[in-house]
Amino acid sequence: MTADRIRLGAVAYDPKVVTIWDGFRRWLRPRDLPMDYVLYSHYEHQVEDLVAGRIDVAWNSPLAWVRTQRMAPGAEALVMRDTDLDLTSVVVVRADSEVRDVADLAGRLVAVGAVDSPQATLIPLGLMSDVAVRVRRFDVGVGLHGDHIGGERDALRALAAGEVEAACLIDANHLAFTTQGVVAAGSTRIVAQTPPYDHCNMTAAGPPSPTVRRFCDLLLAMDYADPQVRPLLDLEGLRQWVPGRISGYAQLERAVDRLGFYGPGGEVTADGYQP
Amino acid sequence: MYRLDLGPLGLDRGGHILLERALAPLPVGGHLAVTGRDPALPVHLRAWARRRGHRFVDPPGEAAGGSGPGHGGGEALVVVRGDADERRWAGARRAGEAGRPASRADPAWGLAARGALVEAGGPPLPGADLDRRDVIWSEQAGRLYAQAAANQWDPATVVDWARPDLPDDVEAAVVQTMTYLVENEQAALMVPARFLGRIHPHFREAVAFLATQVADEARHVEVFTRRAGLSGGPPGVSGAGGRASLQSLLDEPDWANASFLLSVLGEGSFLALLSFLERHGPDPVTSRLARVVLADEARHVAFAMGHLSEHVTRRPSERDRLRAALERRHDALATTAGLAPAVHDSLVVLAAGSWEPSAMASGWDAVAALQAEMDMGRRRRLVHLGFDDRQAAELSELHTRNFM
Ligand SMILES: [Fe+2]
Ligand SMILES: [Fe+2]
Repeated sequence: MTADRIRLGAVAYDPKVVTIWDGFRRWLRPRDLPMDYVLYSHYEHQVEDLVAGRIDVAWNSPLAWVRTQRMAPGAEALVMRDTDLDLTSVVVVRADSEVRDVADLAGRLVAVGAVDSPQATLIPLGLMSDVAVRVRRFDVGVGLHGDHIGGERDALRALAAGEVEAACLIDANHLAFTTQGVVAAGSTRIVAQTPPYDHCNMTAAGPPSPTVRRFCDLLLAMDYADPQVRPLLDLEGLRQWVPGRISGYAQLERAVDRLGFYGPGGEVTADGYQP
Repeated sequence: MYRLDLGPLGLDRGGHILLERALAPLPVGGHLAVTGRDPALPVHLRAWARRRGHRFVDPPGEAAGGSGPGHGGGEALVVVRGDADERRWAGARRAGEAGRPASRADPAWGLAARGALVEAGGPPLPGADLDRRDVIWSEQAGRLYAQAAANQWDPATVVDWARPDLPDDVEAAVVQTMTYLVENEQAALMVPARFLGRIHPHFREAVAFLATQVADEARHVEVFTRRAGLSGGPPGVSGAGGRASLQSLLDEPDWANASFLLSVLGEGSFLALLSFLERHGPDPVTSRLARVVLADEARHVAFAMGHLSEHVTRRPSERDRLRAALERRHDALATTAGLAPAVHDSLVVLAAGSWEPSAMASGWDAVAALQAEMDMGRRRRLVHLGFDDRQAAELSELHTRNFM
């Protein structure tokens, strides 16, 4: 790998990913930082390539971060989006349900997102690990670590249709789905909310090179007032890049262990997970 | 600390509008205490604030808890105002002033209303290369547009479309005249239509006027076509020379030149022709149509005279360009026949009103007088555009024999 350019990995969960990284690439070039991006169809391959040194940085899901750290303990979370901080997930029931809290869900059927969704499956199931719930998974976009919202939407629809007794999803999607009328506003009731956790980060497998550092400094300098980057930031769902932190992944770590998603060295051990 | 009580209103049913209104006057970093009875409010407020670039303050004692939706009821939730909005609008500029167009329209203003605050970024308007006020706009454009909008007439009711009771050979002269008019009206529609999409919408009065002009011409095509077929026969002939003349109008790529050739000289000449047809039309339909079309054409001529005279007053050298365009067209048409003899003779027959030799002689004189009147009109307009009498006479002579 040459010293003065960056090879970045990203997962193509949506066609807009090309627009976003192509736009960033065009913005970085005149700032003397040639960037190449490599698109993966799922996160596992991206993590393996990052650890193997085939890419310099990876735009990682939280679950991909957890795996990277297990495979490369010196990995660093370099930058994040302002919108990656302090997310929560919720467990919702129908408004007329007799369920009052998580304990009431014992023995009941709970809809979750895709097998590898941190926000709609792993973290909420971690929250309910002491309760013997029955689980129905909505495996949309397996391998995308929950980036595809289809699983959460299907879970909520199944709840509205009376097929399940509860559904798990991220706070922002509950607001979006009730606002858009996927389910009627007020037709669901929130019975549990997870503590805040963090989402994606830009990961390096080890101490970042000076070029990677400069790349991160440029990202951090992107200004929402700049009309060239603003549409890209809007597309990627942030207002500002912020320095990475790793304090917000403990819940996911525990859930991954409890549910046996990855082994201690990052081996994929999840049952029925085929990205 | 500012406060907002949303009452029963949730953020999924419009509560965000009250939130935005409450946050707007706060300084960046200012705190807003939000209360409300929607049970989902703590969850939704957190998600909403994150997406909008504000900061949601974790309620004390709840952060590490997990489980309950985290709102003890009555406790205010706190949102810290972010600066995403300021940043989004930091580079915004107004698209000129609402009341009067700018001397030059910026492609970055795009389709924005004149005077609107335009967010920086977004696609520039491609192809709107007619972006200078002195080329496209005139002080009268707005007034002429209002006049046009108020005077649109309905072809279905503007005349009584009764089949005229004329001798066959007189009807044939009318049909030939109408056939000629239709092809001229088609050209008069296509020329402004081609420029319409190239005018920056900042000059909305000019765009609006030309849109009415195009619609006017569509009506003219319709009513002349309808009169041509009123007695049930096919249309008359279309001479190659006439169409060559019209094609040379379509081929003119420059807006000012095209406007000069089509509207000042062509439509200007047509004013006399339509007035002639109003006077000599052998049936009420022909006379009435000539009258209502004449009123439209007078507006088209007035608009062109307006923007061209303002244009050449500011840049006198533009007169040389107009003259050159007229000379080029004259040279290009030098080898063509001009007005089809069939059209000329039909006009004579209409003016004669009978087949008596003496009537034919006076019909002939009437058409000669028409041509003299067209010439006088062109010279008057050329003088108004700042050409001297001698130049005006010379230039009028160069105008196409086809009238349009
Ligand atoms: Fe016309
Ligand atoms: Fe006209």
